[in-house]
Amino acid sequence: MIKAILIFNNHGKPRLIRFYQYFAEDMQQQIIRETFHLVSKRDDNVCNFLEGGSLIGGSDYKLIYRHYATLYFVFCVDSSESELGILDLIQVNLLQFVFVETLDKCFENVCELDLIFHMDKVHYILQEVVMGGMVLETNMNEIVAQVELQNRMEKSEGGLSAAPARAVSAVKNMNLPEIPRNINIGDINIKVPSLSPF
Amino acid sequence: MALKIVKGSIDRMFDKNLQDLVRGIRNHKEDEAKYISTCIDEIKQELKQDNIAVKANAVCKLTYLQMLGYDVSWAAFNIVEVMSSSKFTYKRIGYLAASQCFHEGTDVIMLTTNQIRKDLSSPNQYDTGVALTGLSCFVTPDLARDLANDIMTLMSHTKPYIRKKAVLIMYKVFLKYPESLRPAFPRLKEKLEDPDPGVQSAAVNVICELARRNPKNYLSLAPLFFKLMTSSTNNWVLIKIIKLFGALTPLEPRLGKKLIEPLTNLIHSTSAMSLLYECVNTVIAVLISLSSGMPNHSASIQLCVQKLRILIEDSDQNLKYLGLLAMSKILKTHPKSVQSHKDLILQCLDDKDESIRLRALDLLYGMVSKKNLMEIVKKLMLHVDKAEGTTYRDELLTKIIDICSQSNFQYITNFEWYISILVELTRLEGTRHGHLIASQMLDVAIRVKAIRGFAVAQMATLLDNAHLLTGNTQRNGICEVLYAAAWICGEFSEHLEDPMQTLEAMLRPKVATLPGHIQAVYVQNAAKLFATVLRKHDGETESQAAQETSQLLIDRLPLFVQSANLEVQERASCILQLVKYIQKLQQKNVEVAEEVTALFAGELNPVAPKAQKKVPIPEGLDLDAWINEPPSGSESEDEKPKAVFAKEEPKHSRSRHTEVDEKELARRREVRKQEQASNPFYIKASPSSQKVYDAPGVEHIPVVQIDLSVPLKVPGMPMSDQYLKLEEERRQKEKAERKKKEKKKKREKRGKERKADSGPESEEDITPAHQVDIVTEEMPENALPSDDDDKDPNDPHKALDIDLDKYVPHCRHLQFIHVLHIVMCRNEFFSKTEIYDFKVVVSVIFENKSDSFLKAMEFNVLDSLNSKLQRPEGAGAHDSLTVPFQLPPGVSNEARFVFSVQSIVMPQKLKGTLTFIVKSDESSTHEKLDFKLHFTCTSYLITTPCYSDAYAKLLESGDLKGSSLRLEGINMPFHHLLARICFHHHFSVVERIDSCASMYSRSIQGHHVCLLVKTTVSIDAKCDEPSLLGNVLDEIKQTFSKC
Repeated sequence: MIKAILIFNNHGKPRLIRFYQYFAEDMQQQIIRETFHLVSKRDDNVCNFLEGGSLIGGSDYKLIYRHYATLYFVFCVDSSESELGILDLIQVNLLQFVFVETLDKCFENVCELDLIFHMDKVHYILQEVVMGGMVLETNMNEIVAQVELQNRMEKSEGGLSAAPARAVSAVKNMNLPEIPRNINIGDINIKVPSLSPF
Repeated sequence: MALKIVKGSIDRMFDKNLQDLVRGIRNHKEDEAKYISTCIDEIKQELKQDNIAVKANAVCKLTYLQMLGYDVSWAAFNIVEVMSSSKFTYKRIGYLAASQCFHEGTDVIMLTTNQIRKDLSSPNQYDTGVALTGLSCFVTPDLARDLANDIMTLMSHTKPYIRKKAVLIMYKVFLKYPESLRPAFPRLKEKLEDPDPGVQSAAVNVICELARRNPKNYLSLAPLFFKLMTSSTNNWVLIKIIKLFGALTPLEPRLGKKLIEPLTNLIHSTSAMSLLYECVNTVIAVLISLSSGMPNHSASIQLCVQKLRILIEDSDQNLKYLGLLAMSKILKTHPKSVQSHKDLILQCLDDKDESIRLRALDLLYGMVSKKNLMEIVKKLMLHVDKAEGTTYRDELLTKIIDICSQSNFQYITNFEWYISILVELTRLEGTRHGHLIASQMLDVAIRVKAIRGFAVAQMATLLDNAHLLTGNTQRNGICEVLYAAAWICGEFSEHLEDPMQTLEAMLRPKVATLPGHIQAVYVQNAAKLFATVLRKHDGETESQAAQETSQLLIDRLPLFVQSANLEVQERASCILQLVKYIQKLQQKNVEVAEEVTALFAGELNPVAPKAQKKVPIPEGLDLDAWINEPPSGSESEDEKPKAVFAKEEPKHSRSRHTEVDEKELARRREVRKQEQASNPFYIKASPSSQKVYDAPGVEHIPVVQIDLSVPLKVPGMPMSDQYLKLEEERRQKEKAERKKKEKKKKREKRGKERKADSGPESEEDITPAHQVDIVTEEMPENALPSDDDDKDPNDPHKALDIDLDKYVPHCRHLQFIHVLHIVMCRNEFFSKTEIYDFKVVVSVIFENKSDSFLKAMEFNVLDSLNSKLQRPEGAGAHDSLTVPFQLPPGVSNEARFVFSVQSIVMPQKLKGTLTFIVKSDESSTHEKLDFKLHFTCTSYLITTPCYSDAYAKLLESGDLKGSSLRLEGINMPFHHLLARICFHHHFSVVERIDSCASMYSRSIQGHHVCLLVKTTVSIDAKCDEPSLLGNVLDEIKQTFSKC
């Protein structure tokens, strides 16, 4: 069983957390901090297994992680999972898929930022790989197909009502100064009284 | 109105979406918390709007904030709203949020049952998928109970995407609702052979998880898994199966023998390291399970060790780590084959990776023998000196002690050497394992009688040089060693050469800086030493020395009498008075030595830590029974306050009491401060640290840190290395002597066969340096040898320990499970004027329990007026149906038969026969199996949700007729009772109020069945069809009479 999947950056900022066992929010943060503390002090050329964070798991649990550019991908698993298998899973499915397959299509240079802004999408991908702490699918083509079908469905559902929202978010993404964000159509009548009613 | 909508949607355009929120947080690095709190306010506004898109957007942002550690449980209801949106986009957002923040304590979860049930049966496979994924994260016992049947149906869904998710989630359902395991198991087993590899993998996953906890129940699946292992090409599935076999082999050694060959083949053929590694692991497990007297498997061990050596030598640290891990498993049963790789493992101790070093240490633990213990420990001691960072050094320290003390000091031949190692370990600066070293010293000194003389001498030196150890007075610091040293010197003081000197060392003023519990031991053992000194000088008339000793104690003890530690103070003042009294006697020239020694007479034997627990309770003693009459009056008084006064009076007195106490305390504090101020021996605290004064204990006394750059060598201590040399010399000598003897023998028996004596010495040849008598720990008489103290009674997997094979009665050849399960029921003509005619699909699972092949199975049922087996057109009314498969040994399969049923108000039993041909190697025979198909009324009921208002209307309508039932002798928790009714009889809970619950179900013909279940275990029931109701109640009664 996988107990938790954590993705955080070199500074310990969480980018995606997925616990398969309930922990209260502050406990979750504590676990992230502890895991980051354990993982970050390790060189890149040491092994990718770590025994026992004290907060999560205990002796039966292992942390298996990969460090990729600015991000750590950490799996907390028990002894029923194959260590090398999970490493492959991170390497083959998550990294390639998360970075290359989906996000590459939208962004030219994939980096941590894309993960930051699309946490929900990464979650949806992850849901096709791991479910309830157990590995659901390891065949990448199958995962890609399912995720794409769902995205297509979302787009078709969005239809007209989502179109303006997309346009707006495109405008927002143009990095305009802060001003447009503060505009509130509802207040225009009050702010601009010169526009006298007809 | 239209304008409002337009305005709403424009408004929405400028709402923050997730990306804006993230960007905003990044732009407000300085005042992030403030920014987020304004965002949360905005989100709260957005959640108040009617527009579901706005709500979904808000929930999406909350999911992000939850990741940052913000509690978003206040929005749980809104999350449920978004989950129930009809649009997939929003539904997905809702379920994601729910899966991140819902848990068993979330109260709105019970509102979701019907929504989830709806989504599960949605025609859109992704709605179902999203619901399953979400449910897998927040399934509760209630949800599991209510939805188990729905999910089981989904396991046979046409789409593999749904099937695999449904199969996987069943594990979570089993965990929360163990009763569902048995009925679901046949289908789960069937999924192992699903045509879709994803579904197959999911089923393997679930069964592996189940079997890992309770392997014995899954042994019967071994042939099936064996087939999968040889046929599957999916590495992930293979790994899981191979891991499962690793868990099964200890229970069934025959399985292991079969496994060796295919596994060895895989090891040779696979290129995937992960698979190779798991194969090696399972081969090791097999080898462990096989008895050691199997010489022909040495090739397999060699192969494993070889492959592991390759892994360990690999430059990839991961492989190195795993190699060491697997090596430690081989070590347990085949230590010899690992010991030859000692060089490699010692090399790993130098690795830069701490995990690898720790693994190597673990291996060393198992590799020691009497022969190499000293050598290995010497290497480790070198590492201790080199090690950077206290954590790793402490780890080394504990490992050294573990290695030496394992299995009751089995490998130690020379305890003097061990004591010196322990003494050397006390040199470690900043260690946190002082306590561990101390307990080892105590253990050895108490249990190895022969060593006491030496140990006492060593401890006396330690005490004499105590100032070197007191640099670190923190808890568990190295000063803990002094605790052991003082106790050993006191208890075994008869071995001391110069007890007077040790006594003097123990009473130095510096001792007052040690932690309280150590001082207490010092004081107590000073008294023991005092007794020894007196005895030494016993008989000498007018002994100057004895009187000097008394004087010394009288001079020094007052320091301890002033101690802030109660224990120290009490012991010191007690002993001080005693010594004063003795001094008086001494002055009168009375012989006192004997009386004083008598105070500490008798041997203290070690007691096993579990001894107390193991004392058997004498017959006739009931520990739970009241000794006196229970104070009945006081309890009721507490619950019902009779008068205002009675209640408030004690409060007043209590508060007054504390007031006095506080005043008194303050006064005393003041007095003490003044006393301290006038006391020249008291070091005055700086005003900033004044708070510390209030804390009891000696912590506030500043301790001078001794900073020594040169490693400490306590004078007079023999270094352990010397022992290593001595030991080698001794062994050489012994060997030489033995050789001489043997030569002599040989000379005598010349001409006889030559014995090989020059080979490496075997374990038995090494004789211990001392004849040691290791005292075993004391256990009470009649102690039970059982060792089940460590099982966790709260393990959720215990409930899943269900023997899946025992359930059905065994038939010689065929197991016939009459699962009556209505998979589909379609009413063909649903009109009031025509006859109701319902189709019921019965799925039957055939399992071949024999060793022969079963084929040509024909299924026939004797039709009744009411129920008829649907036969293909043109067939006669009594023709049998051919089962569309054959059964190899040990295999099970499911077939479905359609029946048409007219009336469902009565249960029915249909008689039937199954004919089949048993084909074995030599012959084939025709066999017949009679069976009965039981159509219970329950099986016509379908779990249908009902809202409480609709339920109330239904009851008010007056169309329903009532009946009631009492269940006798039921003593299970109420919610279990409800769960059983829900699960076995397809009811759903409408409402539960305190001691009663209302339940509802509907038959396939639309009859309403309502139950009111009370905790007094009576059931009031109403239904529009009295005979149906009567039968259902009978069935419920039967269900509970079984348990």
